[in-house]
Amino acid sequence: MLPIRAEGVSYAVGGAAILDGVSLTIAPGAPMLILGPNGAGKSVLLRLLHGLLRPEAGRITPAAAIRGAMVFQRPVLLRRSVLANLRYPMALAGVPRAERARRAEAALAEVGLSTLASRPARRLSGGEQQRLALARAAALEPQVLFLDEPCASLDPAATRAVEEIIRRIAARGTKIVMTTHDLGQARRLAGEVVFLHRGRVVEAASAERFFAGPASAEGAAFLQGELLW
Amino acid sequence: MQDLGSAFMAAIALVRDGDAGMLAILGLSLRVSLAALGIAAVVGLPLGALLAVARFPGRRVVVVSLNALMGLPPVVAGLLVYLLLSRSGPLGHWGLLFTPGAMVIAQAVLITPILAALSRGVLEALWEEYAEALRSFGAGPWRAVPTLLWDGRFALLTVLLAGFGRASAEVGAVILVGGNIEGFTRTMTTAIALETSKGDLPLALALGLVLMVIVLGVNALAQVLRDVALRRAG
Amino acid sequence: MVRRSLLLGLLPAGLAWPAAAQDRFITLASTTSTEQSGLFGHILPAFTRASGIGVRVVALGTGQALDVGRRGDADALLVHDKAAEERFVAEGYGGPRRQVMYNDFVLIGPASDPAGIAGTRDVAEALRRVSARRAPFVSRGDRSGTHAAELRLWQEAGIDPVRGRGQWYREVGQGMGPALNTAAAQEAYLLSDRGTWLAFRNRQALKLLVEGDARLLNQYGILAVSAQRHPGVKAREAQTFIDWITAAAGQAAIAGYRVNGEQLFFPNAGSSK
Repeated sequence: MLPIRAEGVSYAVGGAAILDGVSLTIAPGAPMLILGPNGAGKSVLLRLLHGLLRPEAGRITPAAAIRGAMVFQRPVLLRRSVLANLRYPMALAGVPRAERARRAEAALAEVGLSTLASRPARRLSGGEQQRLALARAAALEPQVLFLDEPCASLDPAATRAVEEIIRRIAARGTKIVMTTHDLGQARRLAGEVVFLHRGRVVEAASAERFFAGPASAEGAAFLQGELLW
Repeated sequence: MQDLGSAFMAAIALVRDGDAGMLAILGLSLRVSLAALGIAAVVGLPLGALLAVARFPGRRVVVVSLNALMGLPPVVAGLLVYLLLSRSGPLGHWGLLFTPGAMVIAQAVLITPILAALSRGVLEALWEEYAEALRSFGAGPWRAVPTLLWDGRFALLTVLLAGFGRASAEVGAVILVGGNIEGFTRTMTTAIALETSKGDLPLALALGLVLMVIVLGVNALAQVLRDVALRRAG
Repeated sequence: MVRRSLLLGLLPAGLAWPAAAQDRFITLASTTSTEQSGLFGHILPAFTRASGIGVRVVALGTGQALDVGRRGDADALLVHDKAAEERFVAEGYGGPRRQVMYNDFVLIGPASDPAGIAGTRDVAEALRRVSARRAPFVSRGDRSGTHAAELRLWQEAGIDPVRGRGQWYREVGQGMGPALNTAAAQEAYLLSDRGTWLAFRNRQALKLLVEGDARLLNQYGILAVSAQRHPGVKAREAQTFIDWITAAAGQAAIAGYRVNGEQLFFPNAGSSK
């Protein structure tokens, strides 16, 4: 699956350009954080890379229907038990039954939900739900995992738990591609940064370089907390 | 006022005595309506789910038609089934006219659009929530249909109860295709119609009260089962 | 107790469709008046015991019953509109027509009797008075045998009631029972068969006002539906029933049916009227 290449990708909704000629490469390595003010097009870019949206211009390779796995800002949990939620996408992906059980068990243990396996998933707390969504995606053992603001609606404790899980998934070799508007979180997790502004990639650099001193005026303003739109 | 009072007393007497004739009629009513509900569910619920997820040319026409068919006058449904099952009709050799089977078909014809249209509405809301996630898992519309039917099961129970209510309250279609034959195709509603036309209004009303209690009981039972299942499955 | 008797009744009922009491049966399309009088409940068990053939009665107006016969959806018809029956035979849908029994029609009206017809035996005169007073009159309006008889009587009276349509002449397009219910509610006159009137419970202010005119005769005939037109028709079983009801056993069963000691139907298969 990797590397995933986007070349000159554009996308518009109702005539308004959301993304305009975006090019980037997702290669194996440390987590890629997509940063940018609200409305920069981060979520749309993630959906295009994952395959939920089709670019109106440009192309994304490899040309698969769906690339990798994805976790959404608000976790979409099926109206089933925690365990059934884990098994459902694995069954769709054709994971053999015995393997499904093994992976589900391991994933539950990793996110600390083993004791809640038979609970209705939608009765979990917000943090537990997001951990389950992460476990569900990770159990697919994707090469690349897209995370769209996974901690946006979580409290600090739940955020730390989720970040710890993300680090562990990344350590196993899964490429993380994640959006966030939380600069602290970006500093804690990022290996590389893609800075998006008004639908364009303004900067793509290693996290070290970007946080040390952005090359662009917009990037600098964003880090100062001055660029909100 | 006097009639209402005597209807109430007659209803109590019917139930207290476990009137054999009435129990047979009640049993037939329930079997016919449940069988019709089963057939309509097998056809109508997947159809509703498919309409909720699939986008194809003519979909709006199908949706509008189903919504309109929800208001199909029972007599028209009955007439349609009558003409199909008549010995002069295309399915006459089945020999089903004036049998319980014909009543099942008529009720199924009547409530299938109701189940399809109502389940489409319920499942469309669920699909709105699930669509991205399911597509992310690589599930196409065909795979989404059983998922929606299962995950929407609690909401669909209400849809089924609406269908059952309409089926068991129906009289125009079943009297036409069943013939209201004593001991064979007489249901609660056709018996009520018969007693009304005999001028025995208290007895007719008493039968109506019994039917209402039974339908209420079915609804309450379904509600209890739903609550228990909901508590366990979320 | 209540719950147990209901459960005991419903459990076995819930498991199986009712097996037909007989494997051999015929469908008899007949009139609401005969069915609601309770006659069939009295005579059919005797026939079934004697022949092993069950009879499923679908009660309709005579016009509808003849239509059901034309479509081949019944095996025999027991109806009461001689002219329509003879047309049915002439068109080749079945027959021959055999006469079975008779009773009579009666003129019903509100006890206040605004047209003043109580006491007269001349039904034509009574109808003339109703129309002259423009007193409400409920007509079946459903092509039933009773409707046909009513129209014949208006003709005898020399009146075209249709001109009072929407005013005093009210066609309900329904069976005898609903028509009686309507007349009771509107304090209207109407023509009823005696059997349905006797069994009717919701009379309110209605009373029997005119009876006994020879023109009020209500003759029932029976017809087999043609198996040549509709191969599904059970011609042999239907003929067995027709033979039985027009012979001594069936005629005696009809004569033996009484409601409150009153005989409702008078067998006359033997006479050639």
